This record gives sequence, C-alpha cells and structure tokens, in this order.
Amino acid sequence: MGTIQLKNVKKQFDKDVVIENLNLEIADGSFTVLVGPSGCGKSTTLRMITGLDDPTEGEIYIDGQKVNDITPGKRDIAMVFQNYALYPTMTVRQNISFGLENKKIPKKERERRVKEICEIVGLTEYLDRKPAKLSGGQRQRVALARAMVKQPKVFLMDEPLSNLDAKLRAQMRVELIELHKRLGTTFVYVTHDQTEAMSMADTIVLMKDGEIVQQSSPRELYNNPNNVYAAQFIGTPQMNVLRDMLPDGKMLGFRPEKLYFHETDDPHITIKVQVATKEMLGSEIIYSLNSKYGTLMAKTDYELDTGAEASVCVPLSSVYLFDSNEKRAELDDKEVEVIKASFAE
Amino acid sequence: MQTYDRDIIINKIVRVLNVLLKAIVIVIFIFPFYWMVVTSVKDLAEALQFPPTLIPASLHWENYTHVFEVVPITQYFRNSVIVSVTVLVLQYLIIVPAAYSLSRHKYRGKKLFFGLVLLGQMIPQQITFLPVYFMFSKVKLLNTLLPLILPFISNPFGIFMLRQYFMQIPQEVIEAAKLDDASNMKIMFRVMMPMAKPALVTIGLLSFISTWNNYFWPLIMTSSESLRTLPVGVAALKSSETLQMWNIIMAGNVVLVLPILIVYIIASKKIRNSFTYSGIK
Repeated sequence: MGTIQLKNVKKQFDKDVVIENLNLEIADGSFTVLVGPSGCGKSTTLRMITGLDDPTEGEIYIDGQKVNDITPGKRDIAMVFQNYALYPTMTVRQNISFGLENKKIPKKERERRVKEICEIVGLTEYLDRKPAKLSGGQRQRVALARAMVKQPKVFLMDEPLSNLDAKLRAQMRVELIELHKRLGTTFVYVTHDQTEAMSMADTIVLMKDGEIVQQSSPRELYNNPNNVYAAQFIGTPQMNVLRDMLPDGKMLGFRPEKLYFHETDDPHITIKVQVATKEMLGSEIIYSLNSKYGTLMAKTDYELDTGAEASVCVPLSSVYLFDSNEKRAELDDKEVEVIKASFAE
Repeated sequence: MQTYDRDIIINKIVRVLNVLLKAIVIVIFIFPFYWMVVTSVKDLAEALQFPPTLIPASLHWENYTHVFEVVPITQYFRNSVIVSVTVLVLQYLIIVPAAYSLSRHKYRGKKLFFGLVLLGQMIPQQITFLPVYFMFSKVKLLNTLLPLILPFISNPFGIFMLRQYFMQIPQEVIEAAKLDDASNMKIMFRVMMPMAKPALVTIGLLSFISTWNNYFWPLIMTSSESLRTLPVGVAALKSSETLQMWNIIMAGNVVLVLPILIVYIIASKKIRNSFTYSGIK
C-alpha cells in the first residue's frame, strides 16, 4: 500500500537549512497536495520521497519500508515533472515503455500495457511520434502515461500543470481527479496554487519555511485555519485580519465573503465603510473598502458604486480570533463581549 | 516618399553586396580544391605551363593509376583508415564516460580532474614526441601502428565539448530516467548519447580529420615504408629528386582529401545542429 512517512527529516544544502525537522504522514490512497509559497520546502520534500535528493537526517518510509538507501528506480514510485522531462530522442511508445524495459518486463507484456495506457489517456494515434511533434497537453499525457504504466504504489507530481494554458489546466485537473479515483493509488502533488490545492486534494499539507503549518482536508483548512498564515493562504481575496484593535495584541479575522451589506439578526459587529475600488467578476463583485480599521476586502453580489458609503455586518459566528503570536485562539463568551465592546461606536 | 525610394535602393545595394561577398568567400574556399582536381587530370606539360589553364585541354585519368604505381598508396590508405578509425573508436570509449561523469556526477576531486583535462589540451604535441618516441622504442613497439594510435586516444577537446553539451541536457530528463530505474550505463547510452548526437558527430569528425591529416607524428614515429600513412606517402611523391610531377602530386592529394570530403558531406547537417542545440522545452 502506498503510505508515506517522513520521520524527523532534516534537509540542508551546504549551509542552507531548508527543512529543520519535518514529520509527515501521507495516508494510503489519498490525494495529498503539498502547497505553499516558493522556497517553503514542498518540492524538496517531494524530491526526498522520490530519492532524487537524500535527507540530511531522518527517515523516510514508503509502505512501511525504510527507503533511505533505496535508489529512486526501486522505490516503486512514479513522478510527473513540471516540464514533463520526456526523452526527446525516443518516440511516445519508447518513452512510455522505457521504465518497463528497465524492470525487465517481457516485450509482449510491455506492449500490452503501453497500448492499454495509451487508450486511457488518448495517445494511441501518436505512439510513433517524438515529443517535439506533440502539443503541450499531449506531452503532459505522455508524462502521465509514463508514470501510470509502471503501476506504482505512489504517484508524485511536481507542479505538473503549470506549463499549460488556463483552459487545458482546468481540464487536466478534472482528469487527474478522475484518474485518482479510478486508480485508488496515493497521489502526492506539489503546487503553489491554492485553487489547485483546494479543488484536487483530499488532504492539504500547507507548508511555510520548511515546516508544516497545517495538514487537513480542504474544507477544514478553509473553515478552521490554525493561524493567520493558513487563514490568509486559502481563499481569494484573502481573509481580512484586523491587527490593532483588540486588547493584548489579539487579532480578528473574517473572510471577504462573510461580510454582508444587509442587516442580520444573528449577533454581529458593524463597520462603517466607503467603497474604494470595485472589481466586477460576473457572478460576484470584489470590493476594496476603506474603514477606520484599514482596508477590508468584500466578495458579494450586492451592487454599490465607487465612493458610496455603507455599513457592513460581520456575523460573530464567522469571526476568527488569533492571539498575539498569530495562532488561532478560542472565541468564548468573554472574548465575544470584548469584541462587541471594541466595535461599539 | 523620397526616403522610401532611398530605402529601397539601399536595401538593393546591401543585398547585391551580400551576394557578392558570399561569392567571393566561396571562390576563395573552393578554388584551391578546384585547382587540385583540375591539375590532377592534366598532363605534365599542361600542369607546368605558364600562364596556367583553368580548364584542362585533355583529361588524363591515368595520373591516378600512376600514383598507385609510384608509391604503395593502397598500403598507406589502409594504414590511414586503420589508425583513424581505431583512434576514433577508442576516443569515444573514453570521451563519453568522462564527459558524463564530469557533467553529471558529484565527487571529490572532480574540478581537479577537469583541470587536468584542460591542461592536457594545452601541451603542444611537439614537446611530447621525444619522450613518447623513447617510450615506444623501449617497449619495442616502434615498428607497429600503435605509436600512431595510443598517444591519441585521449581527446581533451572532445571531453570538454561533450561535457558542455551534456550539461545542457535538462536535469529532469536524467532524473526521469533514474526514476525509470535506468542504470548509469543505460542513462548514458539510451538517453544522453542520442541527445548529444550532433556533438558526438562533430567531435568524431574533427578527430577523424585531425588523425587522417596528421603528418608530423607518423613521419617521425614510423621508419618502415609499410607503416606510413597517406599524408606521409603523398608528401613522398613530392620529394623525388627529379622534376616535380605536379599532376601526379595533385592526384595523390585528391586521394588524400576525398574520404574527408565524403565524411564531411554526410555529417554536415549534424555538425550545424551541434552549434545551434537547444533542448526541447
């Protein structure tokens, strides 16, 4: 089975410590997305799982077996690279069967498997072409087919969609989700794109500076962020966080879509605002609002003109409280009273 | 409107000059070859005639048979082929793994090794011939073709050029091969060498030409007639004490140059590619 464990893993390039101490468990059959800004260590983590990079310290297990001393080719994994990394001098057929050939799988079996995979990903008519004669999407499929044909325990993908145009990317996203469902194999996917992470993952591992900030389902990450960083990483526009208005350096956060231009009966706070800019997206509008607490973002279908003044409500049930270390804090009755008092005009 | 006309005229002049310059360059390069071939089919009187004729009055192909009669040119030719091809094959056997290791592996002393390779490139051949000569004399190999082969099986320039070429190959392609469980040998032969084909052809050709044309080394390393190579043999045509038979000498030169010309024509496209390589994105 394709479980992956990283235990006390440290990675250092010369004197540069990229990952200090990482502990990560990836469940069998999950679609786990490692997400974070560039330089957060997500690609390094993936490369250590593949064996292309060795951890400086710590242990890595795949399927319960320690793999630190096992070469990449023997780890029973497959990887899809950002720039596809196809063999340019080989045809599509040779590209796909190269791995099988190295595993000494008999020719007949190889041919059968290549044919089968190519039917799945729709490459049958391009089998004898070289990669240079294929479009970006087709190359992507070859890269996928090359990974699939090996029937690995784990699929690893390093930003595989970032070289595709927006439309094709959306299409491939759906195809990858379907592929994961059909194969039921563990997928580990690295991206810096939160939308990609949210739409594909069943588990998101949010990373920052070589550490895991939060590991949870997309819904949990959106509804229950651990800290300000997690709260602001997921969601566009990012969560509004008011920093200097509660006692003890506590901070108040609420998402732009939880900011209402109409009164509600639920307990709420009210903020006077003026519309600074307006971004029409079609189904909804994104406003940037000036208030005495700073600039607030709002996402709503409510129509207002630039310069208009309004009062907005934020239900207390949609409010997040963070302590002075930016960690999530509990919102108990006492805190609610403090918040209400702070916003009373 | 006027400036527009002027632009057209300037444009035309530039184009004519362009063609003219190219034509001049072509003539400069082609003419010696033409002269060699034409002279090789003239009779002796016409070859020595002044002013010379550009087009031979009559064709004397028998000059070529004459070359084969005057000197054992078949023997020279065979020696040249054996030496050049053996050197080429042995060079490949050393260049490819060396370049792969220097471009793609990390180990202690790599920079030193690469420095040594470059250093080897800088030592002039003329300095080494005496010690090498004595070495071969000591091991009693002077009367073989080995002194013409062994000193040339390392090719620092080839290692350098192939290393540069290998370094341009995207790291991910090699990593993909590693994930496909390919051994170092397999990565080298199946992935990197096909990608570096233009460079390999260029290196091979340059090496072949340089071995084929080498005059100085075979001249001093061989004393027996049966071990001489073509350049030495053809030069011997000239050293007869009688009148210089220019038509015969030129016929010998055609025999000398022809193989290289043929190889070059076959490989020219690959050579051009090797200087304009860019990986597929």
